[in-house]
Amino acid sequence: MNALAAVTPHCHAVTLPAQDDFDAWRVAARALVQCGVAPDRVSWCAPGGEGDLFAAGGGELPVPAADAPQVWAGKTFVQLARTAICHADPARFALLYRLLWRHQANRQVLEDRADADVRRLEDFARSVRRDIHKMRAFVRFRAVEEDEGGERFVAWFEPEHHILRTNAGFFVRRFANMRWSILTPAGSLHWDGDALVEGPPAQRSDAPGGDPAEDLWRRYYASIFNPARLKIGAMLKEMPRKYWKNMPEAALIPELVAGAQQREAAMVKAGASEAGERPETLAAIDKAIHQCRRCPIGDLDNEAVMGEGPQDAPLMIVGEQPGDQEDLAQRPFVGPAGRVLDAHLERAGIDRNAAYLTNAVKHFKFVPRGKRRLHHSPTAKEIDICRWWIEGERAIVQPRLVLALGASAARSMLGKTVSISRARGQPHPLEDGSELWVTAHPSYLLRLKDEARDEQERLFQADLAAVAERLAELTG
Amino acid sequence: MQSLTVIEKLEILADAAKYDASCASSGTARRNSKGGKGIGSTEGMGICHAYAPDGRCISLLKVLLTNHCIFDCHYCINRKSSNVRRARFTPREVADLTLSFYRRNYIEGLFLSSGIVKSSDHTMEQLVETARILREEHDFRGYIHLKTIPEADPGLALRAGLYADRLSINVELPTDAGLTRFAPDKNPRQIEQAMGGMKAAMVEHKDAGKRFRHAPRFAPAGQSTQMIVGADGASDTQILGKASGLYQGFRLRRVYYSAFSPIPDASAVLPLKRPPLIREHRLYQSDWLMRFYGYRPAEVMAAAGEDGMLPLDIDPKLAWALKFRDQFPVDVNRAPREMLLRVPGLGVRAVEQILLARRHRTLRLADVAKLTVSIAKLRPFLVTCDWRPTALTDRGDLRSLLAPRTEQLELFAA
Repeated sequence: MNALAAVTPHCHAVTLPAQDDFDAWRVAARALVQCGVAPDRVSWCAPGGEGDLFAAGGGELPVPAADAPQVWAGKTFVQLARTAICHADPARFALLYRLLWRHQANRQVLEDRADADVRRLEDFARSVRRDIHKMRAFVRFRAVEEDEGGERFVAWFEPEHHILRTNAGFFVRRFANMRWSILTPAGSLHWDGDALVEGPPAQRSDAPGGDPAEDLWRRYYASIFNPARLKIGAMLKEMPRKYWKNMPEAALIPELVAGAQQREAAMVKAGASEAGERPETLAAIDKAIHQCRRCPIGDLDNEAVMGEGPQDAPLMIVGEQPGDQEDLAQRPFVGPAGRVLDAHLERAGIDRNAAYLTNAVKHFKFVPRGKRRLHHSPTAKEIDICRWWIEGERAIVQPRLVLALGASAARSMLGKTVSISRARGQPHPLEDGSELWVTAHPSYLLRLKDEARDEQERLFQADLAAVAERLAELTG
Repeated sequence: MQSLTVIEKLEILADAAKYDASCASSGTARRNSKGGKGIGSTEGMGICHAYAPDGRCISLLKVLLTNHCIFDCHYCINRKSSNVRRARFTPREVADLTLSFYRRNYIEGLFLSSGIVKSSDHTMEQLVETARILREEHDFRGYIHLKTIPEADPGLALRAGLYADRLSINVELPTDAGLTRFAPDKNPRQIEQAMGGMKAAMVEHKDAGKRFRHAPRFAPAGQSTQMIVGADGASDTQILGKASGLYQGFRLRRVYYSAFSPIPDASAVLPLKRPPLIREHRLYQSDWLMRFYGYRPAEVMAAAGEDGMLPLDIDPKLAWALKFRDQFPVDVNRAPREMLLRVPGLGVRAVEQILLARRHRTLRLADVAKLTVSIAKLRPFLVTCDWRPTALTDRGDLRSLLAPRTEQLELFAA
């Protein structure tokens, strides 16, 4: 006896009306279970799917007896089956039936996640849920003018499984007051604001070709990603290439990836990146600042001016930047402002030679005017860039007290711009435990006349006196 | 100045927003546009509509209202002293862009942040106005996330919560000292006060919602925050300590960690080296251990080395297990759920399935293998009816057996 003859007489072929018709499957499956038709004697197919070898040989559905026992299926099974039936695999109907059959003998069969059938069912359901989710994510509508006026939003999408109908509710709830159509190779959906109509399968050419909003969207897509963090694997895992062809932004990906490294390099270069470790001695800093070209001041016709004073000075005095004379002499505070400072230091009883004198900015910034070089104040950015060097000096000298002369020096120490009139006359704690005092820059005094100058000289002297007193306290 | 077109502004202001880690659009109230005039729905789970080559998802239109700023925070590309190109949207332009993208199914909604222009209050008013246009004029029912300005009048933040699904206030840096140094215009106390105000408003509105059916919803997706990792010297344990304090103190939904990345026109105060991206990933993993795996903050911190840093080559769960080997091996057929969750390589899902399956059979190693991705990593920590690791768990070189082979970190992989 051959195998075919043995199977054919008992075999049942079921043809479902649609690929995703769970209700029809349920009616057929219930009748088959009630008649005791074992899973290996049923073959299933649906229109457009693969036929079954034995389908032609099968007969009508058996009719269960009136007193046939109820078919049992738990809620979990029904939920999973309803999802899994949308899977594209032609074997899904048979798998569902086999599990329903096993359910009758063992109601807990689904709980055994190590069982091969159960795992397959879960895989099917997961794959369908993912496809549903990806359709919600990756459908891209394009606006078209309609003959009767107004806009309709039309999308072309190619789902992997039979999910179009199942997913319709989502789009209806989201775009309830919009007219839209979703076209797929397996069917189409049309919503006019009131009713949902199913249509025949469509072709990509039925969908509109472009939309002006796509230019904006592509520009957004290209701008929002950070080229310093390229992670192509992570992108591909969530947005596999098969979806790319219908997403307008995806065409940019190769170019963005190729350009990312260059963009990152440019970002790093524009930042302060070429310096390595900071020099650890004053001599090394001195050498390094002469080569510093991190801001445009270094490119002027000038030389960097290093701070001077004992390496263990308890007091550090910070000015703004070297002036014309300092640049020529290669020493800080030797010009007119330096002389004003010297006079006041002496009156306050502070020994200049015991202090470390330096500047917030290491190079002289000027504009040439004939034979003269006119002083120009550094910008906040230039001060911030130069902060790198003065922090190095501070780390080595470790002063107990820092006196900042003027707003630039104060910014260099605090990282923010403060008003001298508000900040002076009081200590500002610094991170390393030392304290900062702020006062005006002596060159400011030089620019004033008569009473205004007297007034400011008095304030300056008072600040220095307070510093002298505090310094004595700190150094005991 | 020549005025910019919308597309030019979008380019500048999206580029300026790319350092914000969050793009989440989940966990809010369910809504749809049936019975309304506008569009939009939220169904609990957010949808990522695209992924960028940096691997991050795009779920929202994430832009700044403006990148002009009167503040001068060193880590921020938009700080006053930076030389970036500046642009400014009107609230209406942002609302129109959001709707235009939403109708085409590009996004779930809007994530709006801003540089501070004129004053904190003025800026906050503009953010709120954008949300108001969307909600009131267009009956927009999609997701809105507003970045709140902590220095602004608290009354404005309360109005923001009535339009937005989520509010966030960035703590920016894990330590107060870091904030003082890198964000001189910001005040840690003020940031925490603003977060506290948000929490109070959320609790109050939730309570009102229970009593009165029509009570307005206030930021139903809660509040989140972001901190920058690797700009200051804070260690991983300091960062995790800060995060767990924030979760407890302000009932945050999420703390986002953003690895400090080189920004164009960087301030010279910043470190020149950026932290490896994997550090950010390890922090997220630790965050999950606290939120989903029942680890106490102190336990996660115990996984770190003496320098307070989590290992980069292995994940924090494995690091914890290697440090506390006396807790292992765990018997898959008997151990309580809490202990199963501590086995390196067993996720929440796998633990659920093991618990279900063991009601029906005594699990063998092969059964566990079917439920997990890789059994190799698990074996030293498990006992099944046919497997006992015996000496393996005590081996001195266990770490090197389990750690992935050292590879060059793929910072520049193309």
